[in-house]
Amino acid sequence: MLLFIALPIVSVLVQSVHTPHEAVLIETENCDPFGCTKSTAIDQDATQALRDEEPLGRFVGLEIYFDRGHLAVKEVAETWAKAEGIGNFFVNLNNLPFYRSMAFTLTFTFSVTPLMLVFGLMIALGVNALHQRLKGVLIFFSLLPMIVSPLIGSLVLFWMIDSRGIIGSALQWIFNDPALSLKASTGLTWVMLIVYGVWHAAPFSFIVFYAGLQTLPQDTLESAQIDGASRWQQVRYVIVPHLMPLITFVALMQLMDNFRVFEPIVGFNSEAHATSLSWFIFNDLGGETRLLSSAATSSVLTIIGVSILLAPVLVRTWRDFNAKS
Amino acid sequence: MFMKKLVLASAAILMSGAAMAECKIDGRVSIVGNEFPAIHAVADGAKTCSGGEIKANLTADHQKINVAGMTGNPAEYTTAIIANSSIVALMNEDVIRPLDDLVAQHGRALKPNQLIKINGEIMAVAFMANAQHLVYRSDILEKAGVKPPKTYEEMLAGAKIIRDKGLLQHPLGGAYKAGWNLAQEFTNMYIGHGGEFFKPGTAEVAINNAAGVATLEMLKALSAYMNPDFLTHDSNATSAEWKAGNVAMMNMWGSRMGPLKDPEQSTPQVVATTTLGAPMTVGGGSTPATTLWWDGWTVSKNISSKDAEATFLAMMNGIDPSLLNDETTPLAVWLIDGYEPTPAAVGVFAAANMNARPYPMLPYQGLLHTALGAEIVDFMQGKESASQALADVEAAYTAAAREKGFLN
Repeated sequence: MLLFIALPIVSVLVQSVHTPHEAVLIETENCDPFGCTKSTAIDQDATQALRDEEPLGRFVGLEIYFDRGHLAVKEVAETWAKAEGIGNFFVNLNNLPFYRSMAFTLTFTFSVTPLMLVFGLMIALGVNALHQRLKGVLIFFSLLPMIVSPLIGSLVLFWMIDSRGIIGSALQWIFNDPALSLKASTGLTWVMLIVYGVWHAAPFSFIVFYAGLQTLPQDTLESAQIDGASRWQQVRYVIVPHLMPLITFVALMQLMDNFRVFEPIVGFNSEAHATSLSWFIFNDLGGETRLLSSAATSSVLTIIGVSILLAPVLVRTWRDFNAKS
Repeated sequence: MFMKKLVLASAAILMSGAAMAECKIDGRVSIVGNEFPAIHAVADGAKTCSGGEIKANLTADHQKINVAGMTGNPAEYTTAIIANSSIVALMNEDVIRPLDDLVAQHGRALKPNQLIKINGEIMAVAFMANAQHLVYRSDILEKAGVKPPKTYEEMLAGAKIIRDKGLLQHPLGGAYKAGWNLAQEFTNMYIGHGGEFFKPGTAEVAINNAAGVATLEMLKALSAYMNPDFLTHDSNATSAEWKAGNVAMMNMWGSRMGPLKDPEQSTPQVVATTTLGAPMTVGGGSTPATTLWWDGWTVSKNISSKDAEATFLAMMNGIDPSLLNDETTPLAVWLIDGYEPTPAAVGVFAAANMNARPYPMLPYQGLLHTALGAEIVDFMQGKESASQALADVEAAYTAAAREKGFLN
């Protein structure tokens, strides 16, 4: 616990309140195959001296948390002061990266989680009702979306929905609109990511619920049948209550997973329309930018976000647990 | 069977022998770099040296690993193959060493324009040049009665004619993928408009001006003639569109020309009519709307002088004039002695002759590039005004530059 959970959290916390030292800049003359130009570079000796003095960097407190890339306190206040009405405020808020990514992440989390629970349960009930011989094959096929690694799965779909891909062309033909592009519209990109999310996650809830169905007490079900319960009533009053602890478990796992949505955003190249905190971390750490403090701050915000999301479920589980004992 | 093996084995010995005779090293060599054919050729050349262990890790994600892999002491990578944008990250973290002593000792064969000097010290050895320039399909332009464009305004007018005549629905192409690629197109176009990115001598950004707005307007006007998925198209996807015959004109990297002219990768019609042109100007300016790039190699700072010398020798062997043959010459515009330009190089040469500006080597240019790639997307989708998008870029850059200590 200490090594794998506490230490990394402490490490990102410390990193998120420190930033690199001020860079000492000097004027230089650079020469390359195309000639010489005046330019600017970092004075390494002077900067190294600063680094040796304080190896952790400058302590900046919560400055990074409140800057434009994260909670953007100042910008939000300005938007609020300038906004004409609450609707206009939210539209303008969408211009700030953190809030834009939150809008997508929360929409994604709260549409994928319930949908995958419902689909998972439907598949589990369907497969459970089948003949014994067919079950094995069908379970295997139902699990396929989960077996395919998320990045590959999303890349495959990405090329299929391309405006020259099989699904993209089919949609253009159906709606008779040659300019229709799933990738160019924010709304359609969101729908596509949500559909992908459900496709990928439903097998997980299916397999858990299917396992749960094997422990269903047959006598309770039979007495319900004798009392004249319809198929729907059996599901509603016998099966779902029996599976409730599993449903809570799957919901918990999925809330956490969906809040950290990442692979589909990379796979679908959808950063123009949808981003998440995890994608910010990836973007900050990669390439020429390397904003370590910013990435650490996004990590801490992710942890806080997951805790807030899980709080109601956790509190409820805790109460149930206490009530039983 | 035995004879066949014998012949193969002796052939292999003969082939490697030619280079081996010259290159003996005494130390460890570990290369990290981008992954494309020209760089493979250089790394393969370096590997023919004998006497020490030589490893190469060539990947498109090289920028995510090179700084980390060179920070330790001793560093994992003894050399990084970089370009003028990515050397900045290595300079900022102080992980590469000046090469003046090694050049004096072993590098007399290098031409002066291969030596990348920063503040008077040689920090890298360049081996190839690159630039984006016009490519067009001569058959489609002829059918439409359009002359090859010299300016972006002519390109727009030509695209309109091609579309109106029903020749192609999306006649223009471009690597406009949100992120690095789109930011690169902005950089090109902004330079073409004569813009300056920063207030002189400072890290304060200054792009929210008339040149910036004109740049965005032009990018958007061009995108109207592109495949509607343009915000997801990088150089690979754009090249694929070209090879499929769906595009008539585009601004594309010189290093991508080889595959476009490769008869195995497209139809004879497309290959035969794919024609290279000079980079275009924009807005009546004379500076072409493109940037010049070089690729070169560096030597890690945190390694022993024995390993540094071995690395230098191996990399010198990688860019030895004997590297150039029928197969490798068309892969790039080489800066190596004895290179004769191929037809695939005319675009890059035209860019250099038109005095195109090199991509800026500033410590904070990468931060601006990232901010551009993320923030001008809303404008390209018609969700906000050009000046709002530029204000967003400036705000995003300022937040990042403050965090990195470039601004107070």
